[in-house]
Amino acid sequence: MADLPTATERFINGILPENPVYRQLLGLCPTLAVTNSLKAAITMAGAVGFVLLCANVITSLIRNLLKPHLRIVVFTLTIATFVTIADRFLAAYLYQMSKTLGPYIPLIIVNCIIICRCEVCASKQSPLVAATDAVGQSLGFGIALSSIAAIREILGTGALLGLRIMPASWPDWVIMVLPPGAFLTFGLLLGTVNWITARRGGKKTA
Amino acid sequence: MKPIDEILPTAPVIHVSPSPHLVQTASSTRRMMVDVLIALVPVVAMSLFVFRGYALFQLAVCLGGCLLAELVFVKMRGRPSTLKDGSAIVTGIILAMSLPGTAPWYVGTIAAFVAIGIGKIIFGGMGMNLFNPAMVGRAFVMISFAGALAASGFEDVRSAVDAISQATPMNAYKINGVVTPLTHLFWGTTNGSLGETSALACLLGGLYLVIRRTASWEIPAGLIAAVLVLGGVADLAGPADGWTVLHHILGGSLLFGAFFIATDPVTSPLTPTGKFIFGAGTGMLIMVLRLFSGYPEGVMFAVLFMNALTPLINRWSIPTPFGGK
Repeated sequence: MADLPTATERFINGILPENPVYRQLLGLCPTLAVTNSLKAAITMAGAVGFVLLCANVITSLIRNLLKPHLRIVVFTLTIATFVTIADRFLAAYLYQMSKTLGPYIPLIIVNCIIICRCEVCASKQSPLVAATDAVGQSLGFGIALSSIAAIREILGTGALLGLRIMPASWPDWVIMVLPPGAFLTFGLLLGTVNWITARRGGKKTA
Repeated sequence: MKPIDEILPTAPVIHVSPSPHLVQTASSTRRMMVDVLIALVPVVAMSLFVFRGYALFQLAVCLGGCLLAELVFVKMRGRPSTLKDGSAIVTGIILAMSLPGTAPWYVGTIAAFVAIGIGKIIFGGMGMNLFNPAMVGRAFVMISFAGALAASGFEDVRSAVDAISQATPMNAYKINGVVTPLTHLFWGTTNGSLGETSALACLLGGLYLVIRRTASWEIPAGLIAAVLVLGGVADLAGPADGWTVLHHILGGSLLFGAFFIATDPVTSPLTPTGKFIFGAGTGMLIMVLRLFSGYPEGVMFAVLFMNALTPLINRWSIPTPFGGK
């Protein structure tokens, strides 16, 4: 247990060195599906952050009661509880956004980022470490989603968060807000992140 | 004592190189690309004759874009320049010939960068790409700028060039049921993508490619055969509105696609059987898209779709070597 990362390390790792999207390639379904506008991406990242924080803390509190063969079921039930809260909250207060995100909010239940963090961190470390880990990973997820969404929204609609930032003559690259745009943008950004990491001589995660 | 090479000034040198022992140096990439360029001459000439300044403009934009993209992306990879093999020039011309003359400058530029960057260099450059680069670029702009590349984008009623001021034959038929006379489709005095309008020019260039064996005959043969069969069935089954199987073959970009786009040796299967299957599949998909989709034409999507199936067709059609399993 002694060699597990500390709370600070967990926090920093989540943002870039172990970024859930760019380094671990987890949670790609929402990454590709809801990043056609920055607003949707931020809402999604917020919902995932809320669920991840709550699930990590609860899992960490009950970590000594977990039976190895039942742990995934317990994780999933814990996550499902908070996803339901997030889903109902969005439906009540951000109805339009809830419509836009559609099935992707309930799908957070099977988001592998959260199960991964419960397994890797929360089921082994104290609630404080689990909480900082959750915040770090959520920030990393939010940064990844926002970077993809910003590029897609600017190129695809000439606007960001609904505010027009490109000149009026900007021809909208419609393909960028359609599914192919998600794959292209994600692939190019992933390549860029790998390229930067390689140039800085950083160690590669397999 | 004299050095050995002075004693035997004419000592024969024996080169031992690994197979394949190709004696004809004519089949280099560059030679193939020059052949394609020669074959494109009638097509380009016809487009310059019909569309005048529009064709010149698209050629300049697409060629400039492709060469610049090739230069930049190859430099980024830290590889020696590949401009001299001519593949970027061919991509640029085919791309320009597949765009409408009226497309604004950014359409050709973006298409060129996507074609070279995402269509080719990302896969590892010339010879490694899965999809026909020019068609990747064109598909990207076609979905992005639907206004400029949808059927109505081809027309400009104020244009001084006759062809540009008409509807394209494919669209006139799809929307209004107007049938363009076969002679117009054959000579190419209609509106359309720059290189597609003249069936005659495409046939001339295509026959040159096939005779030079730069393009295999199986792909265009399979493609046209499939269109003949399906077009014939559609002819018999559909309403007698005057749009016959011959219109299907001479109209749209069918012949241009059959000879210049589908025959790309990198993205089509290796064996003659595979090539025939590839051609027939492309022809079938073209007919399905033409008859049942919202688009008036389907050559681009059909070729891209069959490109994706090429590895499968290869696995299917490569014969087992003697003694192999």
